[in-house]
Amino acid sequence: MWVILRKDLAIERRTGEILSSLLLLALLMVLVFAFTLEPERLRDPGLLAGLLWATLLFSSTLAFGRSVVLEREAGAWTALAMAPIDRGAVFLGKVAANLVLLLGAAILVLPVMAVLLGTRALVPSALLGLSLVLGTTGMAAAGTLGAALASRTRAREVLLPIVTFPLLAPLLIAVVRTTAGGLVGTPLVALRPWLVLLGSFDLVFLVVGWLTFDHVLED
Amino acid sequence: MSSRTDRPAGALNPWRDLWLPAATTAAMVAALWLVFVVVPSERVQGTVQRIFYFHVHLAWMAFGGFVVTAGASVAYLARGQRAADRLAEASAEVGLLYTTLVLVTGPLWARPIWGVWWTWDPRLTMTVVLWAIYASYLMLRRLGGRDEVILRYAAVLGVVGVLDIPLLIIAIRLWRGVHPAVLLAKDADAGLANPMMVQTLIVAGVALALLFAWLVVLRMQFSALDDEVEALSAEVAA
Repeated sequence: MWVILRKDLAIERRTGEILSSLLLLALLMVLVFAFTLEPERLRDPGLLAGLLWATLLFSSTLAFGRSVVLEREAGAWTALAMAPIDRGAVFLGKVAANLVLLLGAAILVLPVMAVLLGTRALVPSALLGLSLVLGTTGMAAAGTLGAALASRTRAREVLLPIVTFPLLAPLLIAVVRTTAGGLVGTPLVALRPWLVLLGSFDLVFLVVGWLTFDHVLED
Repeated sequence: MSSRTDRPAGALNPWRDLWLPAATTAAMVAALWLVFVVVPSERVQGTVQRIFYFHVHLAWMAFGGFVVTAGASVAYLARGQRAADRLAEASAEVGLLYTTLVLVTGPLWARPIWGVWWTWDPRLTMTVVLWAIYASYLMLRRLGGRDEVILRYAAVLGVVGVLDIPLLIIAIRLWRGVHPAVLLAKDADAGLANPMMVQTLIVAGVALALLFAWLVVLRMQFSALDDEVEALSAEVAA
């Protein structure tokens, strides 16, 4: 697992391909929101949370698709399947690499969005940090699984969001509430059921992905 | 590649091709007759309430169809039987049809009773996301073709999809927890007021369950035939 993580991050360090496109795309999404939704109406921290996660959702879809396609193009997918390691570990390694990228992007995008949209309150809090970590973990787990499932089809770019968006529905509902709470400094305990839900989502998708990757990697 | 058995998939089977269709037709005619002719109109809601006899069953069976898909997917992953995959696919397709019908019959009732076509009530939200999961599952199959790898991928998605549902239910409950569910509960209570209504509900349930089973069986036969055709054309080409 750590080897896969190191390898994926090494590729990223050399090329910077995924993170830079993630960030640029996120910035463009902010512009799109500003043009289409009237910037004056976007000051509310609740809206910022929603827009942040919508942005991350769309950008992550492209990044995750990339991470599997890179393997397939290089013929490394088969090599991974044949490697004498637990295939569940391949999944966890991929998720970890995607998580690092997505969390990095989230941390960079959030303040930029807050500044550009002129959000009134932005309190860095434990709740905010926890929301970002739990949210990106779930997104990375479901997205990595979805990307692998979509990768063998003709229209994988289209199929990836079609497969992952409905699965991510519970995560999105929860993470937007906790992030909005975190932005305005709501006490952590007030949102505990939501955080438990986020944690369960992450756990379910990590475990299921880990267990089923045996079937997914077996081309 | 196909699992050709001694009996061709096109051979007539008295259960599938005679009794099941006959029973479905009889139950459906009886249900329609009861719903539109016999049963009295509900006092408060009037004629439009009659849609409920179909709507409720459609919703439960759409849900059940998903569980069947997930169960069959697990069986396929474990044993690799082609029949399990066919069942998963057929149940997902009929499930999508039923979910679509739920989403059509619901607003038809909601517009006169609630005054709006749609609201983000927990059950409504749940149904629409369920519809999207079904649709994505079938889209994966459609775009992936009948490659064995895709069948396995679809099975993984079938399992993941059903595991997502409890999380979804909790999320939506928390999200919309403040909304009253009275409107939904009310029509069930009122529906039981007259014994005729209960009987109608039961007959409609039987009719829709038989229809579900018949469609699933037909769909499975269809995909078996499809496999045979492919195997034969491969033979001819060779």
